[in-house]
Amino acid sequence: MVKSLTITILAILTGWLCLAIWQTPLDASEDNVTPTSTPEQVEHGRILAGIGNCATCHTASLDKPYAGGLDFPTDFGTLYSANITPDKETGIGDWSREAFIRAMRKGVAADGSYLYPAFPYTHFKNITDEDLDALYAYLMSLEPIAQEPPENELRFPFNLRFLQWGWQLLFFDDEPLQPDPERSAEWNRGAYLAEGLGHCTACHSPRNAFGAEKKDKAYAGALVDNWYAPALDASQPVPVHWDEKSLYAYLRTGQSDYQGTAVGSMGEVVHKGLKVAPDKDIRAMAAYLATLGGQSTVGGEKNEAAKLIEAAHQRVATNRSRGEELYISACAACHFNAPENPRALRAELSLNSAVTADDPSNLLRVTLQGVAANEGTPGIVMPAFATFSDDDIANLAEFLRSRAGRPPWSDVHERLKDLRQLQN
Amino acid sequence: MPIQFQINGKATTVDVPEDTPLLWVIRDDVGLTGTKFGCGIGMCGACTVHINGRATRSCITPVGSIAGTAVTTIEGLTQGGNHPLQQAWVEAQTPQCGYCQPGQIMQAAAMLREFPNPTDDQIDQIMSGNLCRCMAYLRIREAIKIAAGNMQADAAEGAAGGNGHA
Repeated sequence: MVKSLTITILAILTGWLCLAIWQTPLDASEDNVTPTSTPEQVEHGRILAGIGNCATCHTASLDKPYAGGLDFPTDFGTLYSANITPDKETGIGDWSREAFIRAMRKGVAADGSYLYPAFPYTHFKNITDEDLDALYAYLMSLEPIAQEPPENELRFPFNLRFLQWGWQLLFFDDEPLQPDPERSAEWNRGAYLAEGLGHCTACHSPRNAFGAEKKDKAYAGALVDNWYAPALDASQPVPVHWDEKSLYAYLRTGQSDYQGTAVGSMGEVVHKGLKVAPDKDIRAMAAYLATLGGQSTVGGEKNEAAKLIEAAHQRVATNRSRGEELYISACAACHFNAPENPRALRAELSLNSAVTADDPSNLLRVTLQGVAANEGTPGIVMPAFATFSDDDIANLAEFLRSRAGRPPWSDVHERLKDLRQLQN
Repeated sequence: MPIQFQINGKATTVDVPEDTPLLWVIRDDVGLTGTKFGCGIGMCGACTVHINGRATRSCITPVGSIAGTAVTTIEGLTQGGNHPLQQAWVEAQTPQCGYCQPGQIMQAAAMLREFPNPTDDQIDQIMSGNLCRCMAYLRIREAIKIAAGNMQADAAEGAAGGNGHA
């Protein structure tokens, strides 16, 4: 009696679970060319795709834009991005508008399978109907490219897509972001873009053991793809905190006088993605992001920053550390600044986020591989110091850290080993 | 993979591995030997050239990273070899053996764009990466000051002339 009751309850539960997990495949669109879409929508969608930086993740080779196949090594195995060109066989060519919107807001593909949250639907849920329609119109206007991305190589049980149902249950709330009536329209626009399409925290927030963003550590900084997305919240260690002006300059041009230059993944965001965004949207994002930073220990006032720079460039006359000697010979020619006039192109290392960040990856990686003319600030080249020994780079890092008033990093040698391997 | 860039105003294409140091390309492929090899690890400044106008150590700059840029070597600093720094170098009788001077002059020329009237401290801070085994440092500093003065005087004259025509 008890046994059969248990079996019945289990069967009901299993049935209920299957129903809960089940997502209806959505029929192929009859009108995937979206005859209703206007050229204005397509153009609006092109700009939105830039702000969302869709192309960077969905492009593996530059001659096949949006055709997917880029690898994403994660703790759970390797994922490959999807082909989002309107190719019917390998892309999203027969996805209806409804299927597209469900994928963007619920993380469920047209065939009803769950998407992995490496695809930031957890942010895209915040996008308005109007903007999603424009994105859909734009993607459907692209050249269809037939390219099947490689199969994901995820370890069991992460390869079971239906388990994402449980992940969503635990970590995903599909309620979109609500505007804050206390704030200005510009701030709200910035929040909409940064928390939605821009999906800033996808990189700038640390994640938990299940790969979900830690909501209570939003913008606290995280290592992604071996670049460190620095903290932008009140914990940000840059002496001169990001403010509206510096954020605008950085998002628009890729450089700011005090905090640093966009390289690596962020270089792509600025120079490939945000490039097409209108000025008012960049200003709105700056206005929003600036309010995350809290009070700076050093004001953005020119004279306060100048004092720090002046102190940093004072030289010890005798008994210089190995790191300081290296800095004088190898770095100062380009990185020395007059205190009252630091220049973004002479990245001021006593204030720079690569030096002050809690993670050494950005400083070490740039030291090893330099910055090519097509990375960082366009046309500006930094040589590659990979010929330096690990000990020398560690000494240099220690000197720069202490000069910036930060404790030494503990994992420099381990990181150097990993980052050198990336280069080979 | 062919890599295209400009060198001293001329378009150039080289077909070498991307990680070839720019210095090798300049000396062996392009055939300009004014730029010198010193240490090979970016610690002595002998190999300094300009990439898009900024002083850069060419011995540790992979040629693949400079595609599309304009490179200037000591041969291309001016048409006739009469940059104010080169004239000041003669005036102050700066070099002794001369090996480091192309790098010194290229570094100083880039510095004077951003620090047109450099203090002793600024010269020391920025020029410290350019070593001189003959210890001509004081004459290097002197020549830089002469050149900076002449360039500022020329600029002032140019500006005055310009106003005169307006």
